[in-house]
Amino acid sequence: MSENLRPRDHGEVEQAINWALAGGKALEIVGHGSKRPIGRAAQWDATLDLTELSGITLCEPAELVLSAKAGTPLAEIEAAVAANGQALAFEPMDYGPLLGGSAGSATIGGVLAANLSGPRRIKVGAARDHFLGVNAVSGRGETFKSGGRVVKNVTGYDLCKLLAGSWGTLAAMTEITIKTLPSAETEETLLLLKLGDAAAVKAMTAVMGSAADVSAAAHLPSPVAGRIGEIAGEDRAVTAFRLEGVAPSVAHRKALLKTLVAPFGELASLQETPSRALWRAIRDVIPFAVGGPAGGRVVWRISTAPSRGAEVGIALVERVQAELLYDWAGGLLWAALPQSDDAGAAVVRSIVGGAGGHATLIRAPAAARAKVDVFTPESGALAALTKRVRESFDPHGVLNAGRMWAGI
Amino acid sequence: MPVAMPIADSAVLARRAEIVAALRRIVPGEGVIASEQAMRPYESDGFTAYRQLPMVVVLPETTEQVAAVLAYCHREGIRVVPRGAGTSLSGGALPLGDGVLLGMAKFNRIRSIDFANRVAVVEPGVTNLGVTQAVEHAGFYYAPDPSSQIACTIGGNVAENSGGVHCLKYGVTTNNVLGCELVLMTGEIVRLGGAHLDAAGYDLLGVITGSEGLLGVVTEATVRILKKPECARAALIGFAASEDGGECVARIIGAGIIPGGMEMMDRPAIHAAEEFVHAGYPLDVEALLIVELDGPRAEVDHLLDRVQEIANACGAVICRVSNSEEERLLFWAGRKAAFPAVGRISPDYYCMDGTIPRAKLPLVLRRMQELSAQYGLRVANVFHAGDGNLHPLILYDANKPGELDRAEAFGYDILRLCVEVGGVLTGEHGVGVEKRDLMPTMFSEADLNQQQRLKCAFDDQGLLNPGKVFPTLHRCAELGRMHVHAGRMAFPDLPRF
Repeated sequence: MSENLRPRDHGEVEQAINWALAGGKALEIVGHGSKRPIGRAAQWDATLDLTELSGITLCEPAELVLSAKAGTPLAEIEAAVAANGQALAFEPMDYGPLLGGSAGSATIGGVLAANLSGPRRIKVGAARDHFLGVNAVSGRGETFKSGGRVVKNVTGYDLCKLLAGSWGTLAAMTEITIKTLPSAETEETLLLLKLGDAAAVKAMTAVMGSAADVSAAAHLPSPVAGRIGEIAGEDRAVTAFRLEGVAPSVAHRKALLKTLVAPFGELASLQETPSRALWRAIRDVIPFAVGGPAGGRVVWRISTAPSRGAEVGIALVERVQAELLYDWAGGLLWAALPQSDDAGAAVVRSIVGGAGGHATLIRAPAAARAKVDVFTPESGALAALTKRVRESFDPHGVLNAGRMWAGI
Repeated sequence: MPVAMPIADSAVLARRAEIVAALRRIVPGEGVIASEQAMRPYESDGFTAYRQLPMVVVLPETTEQVAAVLAYCHREGIRVVPRGAGTSLSGGALPLGDGVLLGMAKFNRIRSIDFANRVAVVEPGVTNLGVTQAVEHAGFYYAPDPSSQIACTIGGNVAENSGGVHCLKYGVTTNNVLGCELVLMTGEIVRLGGAHLDAAGYDLLGVITGSEGLLGVVTEATVRILKKPECARAALIGFAASEDGGECVARIIGAGIIPGGMEMMDRPAIHAAEEFVHAGYPLDVEALLIVELDGPRAEVDHLLDRVQEIANACGAVICRVSNSEEERLLFWAGRKAAFPAVGRISPDYYCMDGTIPRAKLPLVLRRMQELSAQYGLRVANVFHAGDGNLHPLILYDANKPGELDRAEAFGYDILRLCVEVGGVLTGEHGVGVEKRDLMPTMFSEADLNQQQRLKCAFDDQGLLNPGKVFPTLHRCAELGRMHVHAGRMAFPDLPRF
């Protein structure tokens, strides 16, 4: 059985990685393991568990900044910033329900390593856009830092961006600094009912190009919409638009939004509390949660140009009987497919390849994840560059080796 | 204390005629400039303290030409310095005497505008303002707005990760670029991102943005365009003490308000600006704050009321709100003209660019006054108050012996002060040549080595824009060497389970 190293501070993380280097061992970096089933099914010799590196080290709401050790639970950070009327605007999703783990167990290090952003991504940017500074240990066993604690900073390369979404394959982050932003004073959601996917994406495109300034736009086709209590009802599709801000602004923009989408179909709305619950459910892809009606399906996460979303989605329904949830105004598709040998990879990649964008196999049995590429494969000069970038941080493949692609 | 640039390679210089001829075969006609007189305009960028004629200037027109030029230079071991419009304030485009200056000015077309996905695909030589001009007929704009926006280009903006006065709310370049076509030093062409919102694989675009032309040459960029806010109104708020102004900024943000722009000026900057443009600025205040709210009218009016309440509670001695677009633009006129205004009251000025945690502003201003007395040079300050980005303007006269050196030393002390209080060396102007040798005040050798290893992944021979950003050049082989102490791996304190 593999070893589990649980360093208590940055120095011990450095020691652990040097130990692995010296012994030619590969380490799997984990926090509470909420995203552990994502990625290629690879083998590691030991686990580098960062949960002991926990605690907020700086919280300055007036500076819109917070620092914390990498293993700090996201829930602790969210509670601390909420106490100051602020939030992590990028609205990180919680993979717990979708992957069959417990909800609320993510750590901030994991959130950033996976670049997790929620529905608000279309307005405020992704996790990487809020990631200001980092202390880390590379796969060379060397400590380095990048960025700082101020928003405006171009001093040296922005390694935070590179680490965001690198799935622990470049460095073990030990402490991070992120931007915090004021929470919206109020919110309301306008619902457009019974639209087909193509009409829904058209409606979302029209809204995104307007002054309604929505902070989220999602489309849930019928059976999927029925799995979220706040919008469940008769069997029908729901397209949702979230308005956030100060009350006079929300009221003004709601009127504008109504005028804009009324020609598309029947309207309804959700006040603050159900609106919050709805967007949390969309954020965490609750309709495809383990234990639910789609719990036995494999799940793909597809990023494409928002206007191409419906074209991708409709093809997936026709060819592989996908159930879909569209977020990011059509730019993010969650597709739940029936189990199959290749988890639908060949069809998904061909459809997404045609429309532009990329697809990640998020939930599938280990056998499928060992057989097909989990992340969109790269080729040619780009694949070679990715490999060199990886090696510039971790030449011996010590950290999460093979999690993204074979050898990376 | 001039910054030393890499020593010119005499073997390359000896082959100049042959190199020029080879480049002419790749870029025909007027695209290769080799006469001293015609190369003169390229000898410096906006950081005019340093000048150097390049070996040759090349102005390619297609991605294939860029790729062929770089592949040739890679094969022949020739250094290359990319250049956009040359507005860098840190010497990012300073040529090398033995290098090819690769000017991207001819890449000046908008390739496509996609309103449905709210992106524009542009060539790197398109100006920042040119992007907005291409989409404003439909009510859209490109958000980052560096003060050089009329001249600076998107390629340069990507290289420097440029900001502007509206970046607290709308982000800097890196938050507004979704994709690019990049030519590596080997001549290989890679495409990153596109109209979709997140990166497949590593976020290489995120690290190329702000890499100061050291990693690759951007030949196309996909940028986000935003719907123009319905309206914008500004408040002009004066304070008898800079501490009060700082407190007001903190309380506005504490109240959950993120203004579209929030700028502060100190007394010398206020006076210089007022004398120049007559914006109606009060002259009896120590700090002047411009707070601009944008969005729907109902929201702007609502938030401006709150800003006024906060300003009054912070002891504002004057608080005026713009009641027309003309008045709003007048409020901004002084701030936008602050640099040339300071240029009128002094033969020369040196524009600095550090970022500090906002709360440290009064301390930093006080220390700056002490330094001003110590160096015998005046300083005026303009400050992106929302994000802590400080632009001290040091007034000097280059014709007086020693004064430029003193101004530089003063500037370096200010930047060291920024780092000391928890800030950084540069908020938006870049490290370039100017701040290169200060990098060790902020980064350890290990930090810088890791950054240079990344550079090696893109440019294994260190041919692309060497001498910028990093104070010490290392060979990639040397950086890649590992020091693993096999056998010494007893870490008794490390808990294992």
